[in-house]
Amino acid sequence: MKIKHNKNFTAGAIITAFMLAVILIGMVWTPYDPNAMSGAERMLAPCPSHPLGTDNFGRDILSRVVEGAGATFVIAAATVAIGLAAGLVVGGLTGYYGGWLDEVVMRFNDAVAAFPSILLALVLIALFGSGKYNIILALGLLFIPSFARVVRSEVARQKSLDYVAGARLMGAGDMRILFLHILPNIIPVLLPSVAIGFNNAVLAEASMSYLSVGVQPPDASLGRMLNEAQGYLLTAPWYALSAGVAIILLVLGFGLLSEGMGGEYGAA
Amino acid sequence: MRYILKKTGVLLITLLLISLLAFLAFQIVPGDPTTKLLGSEYSPERAAALRAEMGLDRNVLVRYVDWLTGFVTGDLGVSYSYGMGVRQVMAGKGVVTAALSLMAWALVIAISIPMGITLARWQGGRLDRACVAMNQVFMAIPPFFLGILFTYLFGLVLHLFVPGGFVSPRQSVWGFLGYLVFPALAIAIPKAAMVTKLLRSSIINQMGENYVRTAYSRGNSRWGVIRGHVLRNAILPVVTFVAMTLADIVAGSIIVEQVFALPGLGRLLLASIGNRDYPVVQCIVVIIAFVVVFMNYLADVVTQTIDPRVRLA
Repeated sequence: MKIKHNKNFTAGAIITAFMLAVILIGMVWTPYDPNAMSGAERMLAPCPSHPLGTDNFGRDILSRVVEGAGATFVIAAATVAIGLAAGLVVGGLTGYYGGWLDEVVMRFNDAVAAFPSILLALVLIALFGSGKYNIILALGLLFIPSFARVVRSEVARQKSLDYVAGARLMGAGDMRILFLHILPNIIPVLLPSVAIGFNNAVLAEASMSYLSVGVQPPDASLGRMLNEAQGYLLTAPWYALSAGVAIILLVLGFGLLSEGMGGEYGAA
Repeated sequence: MRYILKKTGVLLITLLLISLLAFLAFQIVPGDPTTKLLGSEYSPERAAALRAEMGLDRNVLVRYVDWLTGFVTGDLGVSYSYGMGVRQVMAGKGVVTAALSLMAWALVIAISIPMGITLARWQGGRLDRACVAMNQVFMAIPPFFLGILFTYLFGLVLHLFVPGGFVSPRQSVWGFLGYLVFPALAIAIPKAAMVTKLLRSSIINQMGENYVRTAYSRGNSRWGVIRGHVLRNAILPVVTFVAMTLADIVAGSIIVEQVFALPGLGRLLLASIGNRDYPVVQCIVVIIAFVVVFMNYLADVVTQTIDPRVRLA
């Protein structure tokens, strides 16, 4: 695996490691219960006992940002997992066998890719209904074409290499060659795409939750918090700022990582 | 010419496919529109009568052809929740989204082209290094968060505009455009950062070519080489990318309309999804999709015109 050891990769790795550490700690311990309300402590500015202040219900914003970042991360991971798994199968089969099916599937992929992804996600949400699991399903489906495209072109390239011919001579079947021989060899090419996928998934989840069709209250989610924070911009600007900066850090970390691995951040 | 004809054919097929998929998608949704329309007056006989009146008892394909004919001739169907034509519901909303998207798109071009050229011209300098680092951060900011920041900074602190306010284009065109500046900037800045980065690296890549060395040897300055020789080669991938960003810009405007409470198609779309008003959702989706696909088609044709080397793959 060839990783360009450059500033992008290092910076991305540090930011992502920091966010992951915060999220992991947040899964077992947060300073306060993220959903505990306190009438006496509404809209507190950042202070020693509440480092990021409190919201309109007196909930501790730091705890909610940590929990919300966790929710966003889990949704993004599930989304990428669905997209990647299905993309591997679709891209692997079309790349390996080619033919008219390949042609049809790739045309369809192009049509989906040309679409504004938020619009497609909203259509799927209109069909499935809103909520956390429907968001995962909708975004996962949307992510299949981009992974399928990467897998397909790489499988198509690898299948003419000598080691595949060797495996075939030894009597390996198509599925064995595809998933046991070719697949491990395309992982280095896939990694930047996975990082870009994460980046897009975090953005998409935050947008959906901001539009109130994603994670439903009272659960914390970064996009959802921005939606609520917007009503209290004048009295509690730190509320919006905390949630927004957490989104930026997640996106920036994955973006820099993918770029450090040779991906085209922003082109997807 | 053959290229354009073939592309036009593909365009028409894509548009048909999109409209068919959008239509079918909303036919398989669980739930019958008559239940919602009749509300408490629901009875099986009334529902059946209404279904017949709305033509819902006919074959799906017949209804699709009907709907498409209506769509093309300007009859967009009837909204479930507003009790009037989709066309009346959408009146005036398209202008807002179109103006917002176009303004954001113009801003992307106006910001990124000079920036990209300037940074490449002074590659490695202090300005270049600072801007490249800032670019990375700007690319990571979601447009709706930028919108919230603008609302706070320019609306609430500096009082440059009234958050949540809006001037209809009928009252004052300039007031209307003025209100769109900050939403458009919120959409444009992350995209402009991407285009700047692409143009900068595209120019820098070209600087190693042989023709550049020849141009230098004829006594051109770095600026002269970029302006006279490199730019026209470096701009090609950027043209394609800029055209493709329109899809993202339209998507961004759906969300940013929500941030600034602008009465555009995006807000109507979200409200209609909430109301399960499928005729409206379907129309907006198909219209936006058509615009995006058509812009991609134009980009292909334009790229081919400025660079005849690009042929059908």
